[in-house]
Amino acid sequence: MVATISNDKIPNNVHLSDDKRLQRALEQWQPNFLSWWKDMGPEGFQEKGVYLRTAVSVDTDGWAVFDHVKMPDYRWGIFLTEPEKDRRIPFGDHYGQPVWQDVPGEHRNSLRRLIVTQGDTEPASVEQQRLLAQTAPSLYDMRNLFQVNVEEGRHLWAMVYLLHSYFGKDGREEADELLQRRSGNVDKPRILTTFNEPISDWLSFFMFTTFTDRDGKYQLKSLAESGFDPLSRTCKFMLTEEAHHMFVGQTSVRRVIKRACELMKEHSTDDLRPHGGVDLRLVQKYINFWYTASLDLFGNEISSNAAAYFAAGLKGRSDEHKYDDHVARDGTYAMDVLAGDTIHKETIPLRNAMNEVLRDDYVRDCESVLSKWNAETRDQGIDFQFKLPSRRFHRKVGQWSEAKFDLAGHAISEAEWDQQKDSWLPTEAERAYVHSLMKQVIEPGKMANWIAPPARGVNDQALEYEYVKL
Amino acid sequence: MAEHGNSGGQDLQVSFSTNPGKYKHWRLTFDGELATLAMDVDEEGGLGAYVLKQNSYDLGVDVELWDAIERLRFEHPEVKAVVVTGLKDKVFCSGANIFMLGLSSHAFKVNFCKFTNETRLGIEDASSTSGLKFLAALNGTAAGGGYELALACDEILLLDDANSAVSFPEVPLLGVLPGTGGLTRITDKRKVRRDLCDAFSTVAEGIKGKRAVEWRLVDHLSPKSKWAETVKAKALALSTQSTRPGLAAQGQGVTLTDLDVKVDGFAFSYRYVTLVVDPKKRTAEITLKAPVTKEPTKNSRDKGADLWALRCYRELDDAILRLRTQFLEVGLITFRTEGRRDFLLEAEATLLQQVNDGDWFAHEVLQHMKRVLKRVDMTAKTLLCLVEPGSCWAGSFADLLLFADRSYVLDDSGADEPATITLTPLSDGRLPTGNGLTRLQTRFWGDDAAQAKLRPFVAESRPIDGAQAEKLGVVTFVRDDIDYPDEVRLFVEERTSLSPDALTGMEQNLRWPGPETMETRIFGRLSAWQNWIFTRPNATGEKGALSLYGKPDRPTFDMRRT
Repeated sequence: MVATISNDKIPNNVHLSDDKRLQRALEQWQPNFLSWWKDMGPEGFQEKGVYLRTAVSVDTDGWAVFDHVKMPDYRWGIFLTEPEKDRRIPFGDHYGQPVWQDVPGEHRNSLRRLIVTQGDTEPASVEQQRLLAQTAPSLYDMRNLFQVNVEEGRHLWAMVYLLHSYFGKDGREEADELLQRRSGNVDKPRILTTFNEPISDWLSFFMFTTFTDRDGKYQLKSLAESGFDPLSRTCKFMLTEEAHHMFVGQTSVRRVIKRACELMKEHSTDDLRPHGGVDLRLVQKYINFWYTASLDLFGNEISSNAAAYFAAGLKGRSDEHKYDDHVARDGTYAMDVLAGDTIHKETIPLRNAMNEVLRDDYVRDCESVLSKWNAETRDQGIDFQFKLPSRRFHRKVGQWSEAKFDLAGHAISEAEWDQQKDSWLPTEAERAYVHSLMKQVIEPGKMANWIAPPARGVNDQALEYEYVKL
Repeated sequence: MAEHGNSGGQDLQVSFSTNPGKYKHWRLTFDGELATLAMDVDEEGGLGAYVLKQNSYDLGVDVELWDAIERLRFEHPEVKAVVVTGLKDKVFCSGANIFMLGLSSHAFKVNFCKFTNETRLGIEDASSTSGLKFLAALNGTAAGGGYELALACDEILLLDDANSAVSFPEVPLLGVLPGTGGLTRITDKRKVRRDLCDAFSTVAEGIKGKRAVEWRLVDHLSPKSKWAETVKAKALALSTQSTRPGLAAQGQGVTLTDLDVKVDGFAFSYRYVTLVVDPKKRTAEITLKAPVTKEPTKNSRDKGADLWALRCYRELDDAILRLRTQFLEVGLITFRTEGRRDFLLEAEATLLQQVNDGDWFAHEVLQHMKRVLKRVDMTAKTLLCLVEPGSCWAGSFADLLLFADRSYVLDDSGADEPATITLTPLSDGRLPTGNGLTRLQTRFWGDDAAQAKLRPFVAESRPIDGAQAEKLGVVTFVRDDIDYPDEVRLFVEERTSLSPDALTGMEQNLRWPGPETMETRIFGRLSAWQNWIFTRPNATGEKGALSLYGKPDRPTFDMRRT
């Protein structure tokens, strides 16, 4: 065994030390991953000690070990939730049959495509966020960013583990390409368009972790149902980490809102620019943008791929157990369909509507996030309620991308769109203003003016704790 | 298999008459000696009730492609190389629209595939005979028919962005074949090793990047940042291989004007062609006319699209396409000819002289004539030629006669103008059929003595009378005026009563004895394998892969190998 590939360096519960095939694959891939991390990971902070949580095993005291670590030394591990005894394929044409421990030849290409598409988003987000730390509003936030980043890195490892273990040479090549594509690179872009836009301000980062990582949650939940058991178990473990990313997003946006309310009360105005805050209307505009961009990630409303994945037992619905009919061959979905200028209900075979079914769950989840943010304005005594725009608004993918809609989902003309879009989405000037607020604050315990401190520190540490040793 | 769906059957009105001003799916632009033909399919612009997503195509899209290539040849002699590319993001062309295929009747599918095959071969013909070179600039994934289109080009450039691939998803996803020459061109034309072809044709998502070059599936790669300049450089390099006149001929193009056809019930009258369909008897008659007045003996280009040789064959092409798409049940075409033999012979001799003198326009007219005759050859209807007093079976018309499934001569020695046949040097090498041989060689395949006996008649364009024709073997039967009418009637009635499938199979077998070319292999495999697969339950049955594509159910196969 080569020194770099050991249980000690790579915490795992997949018997890495007995798995020659996986060792051979990782020996080649791991150095490439590290050099990718050094090139594309957080810029300027690679040698700093960061108070990070590392998963060293899947049991309760092992999955969250905290310590100061230099990021390149982070122990990226490979973890799957423990196998469920006698697990059965929970949906589709193979419903009720034993789950697959190996990739069925028939579904090899589809599974590889699903894993590569999911895997590609993980390094992409690290790349999108690589300059953010330079404008962190506090050490606490900087540490959270790095935690998110290393965990996205671990999610990449998780997908690469599947590619290496189950897809032979093709899988190894795909794993290499995951490190070759680059977010926003014109020649080797990341697969999904949303992941090619840089995230250059913290409000966007918090929106991304709230809304875009929440798409990730639902993709993982639907893959966690997969009849391919290693994929299912991998995704289940990833979900525990993904929850933290959404926690970062949701609580941080709330802190921005809280600070805005404080400034409004202090200065008796809702124009916070003179006072260095982000006013609530601008927060709403960021919601309008990021929520709808994330809706796009669910794909077309009517999809033959989604139907094929469901039929084959590869990708299900989130929480498949809450449904009665797991085969869904004859089921239907009443969907709003755009035909020319009119919208009418159409009955779509349920399997072809699976993207929309997943999007429905996502929309409901986002509504609960907004209710928390609205609780903040209410608690602060400010009369302002945030609202999710219609899912037809500002779409780039799917049927709604073919026309223009207002926030309520009413069809409008191009001219009306051009006239109104600046009142719905952040303008260049507003983005520039948010950028102008982005100044690094590194004194332990101190916060930038535009954001309130968090309710508590990480792992019961004080707020003044030195989360990053600069 | 049930014949249903609006996109099949006789109800569908497909027009083969279009021009760049009317294109819905392609953009044709010019830059000196380069042209760009960019695919931008109008999703809602299909011929039937389906959406043409992801630059997928139906017959309407392909009619425009065909038209564009014809116009490049006639209207743009200055163009030396054509860039075939797409205007959609991430996808160059995703091939024939699956939902269109699912809705179509079997007969329509076959006609569609045949026409697209003819168009692909037309691209290769433009390159090999006219020196018009084609660069497939794949700015995204080229799947199925999209890659087959690329294969028809001289060189293939693929975007290297870790996503764009070339692929044949037909076998793994649809349970059919890449049947527009795909499987034939990767082996015969691109010389991809056969086991690699096997691997390539079973991985639905295809092959991208370096491996696509290593396997010879594409010629070049380019990153996105260098895309425009690479496309231009490769196209310019190709243009240096062109034998076309280039900028020296700028402005000399001949506009292909609309054909004027008068429709009266089932009778279609063009200037030099009439088509009369008898739906009850399931027959059609096509009459071809020689030039009505003397054609020019020099500078044919000045007559433009009104030149007899161009006009007459464009009309014949239109009539054949009309028969194929609107009259599927017509099983037999009777060809007759009429008019001044001397005018025809002079017109064709003039044309040939100009071709020999290097005139680009005359060359294109002759090549067009060749393609139209091939289209007739490839038509799944019995071809019957009648040689009667007053007819004009001379020159290029005589090639139809040589290739007919059957021909009859009415030998009426008392007639004012007894029936004769005049073969000219045009039939001796200028108008090859799909197997690369002349119709004369094909007719007398393996019989050198028979060919030798005919040669003097051909060289001197010496008329052959009825009795000689039978002896020389240029017609099937010669009958006198008492037997002739009944015998022809009986033949037609008997023929149209036989199984159309068996007839198609028999005729296609017998039309091309002798050697195979890539072209005959493409059509032969389309007819044999693809059509067999298309009618099998594993593709088009209720549980077949093609029927269920995009539907919630998954296919179930009858696993017995046949």
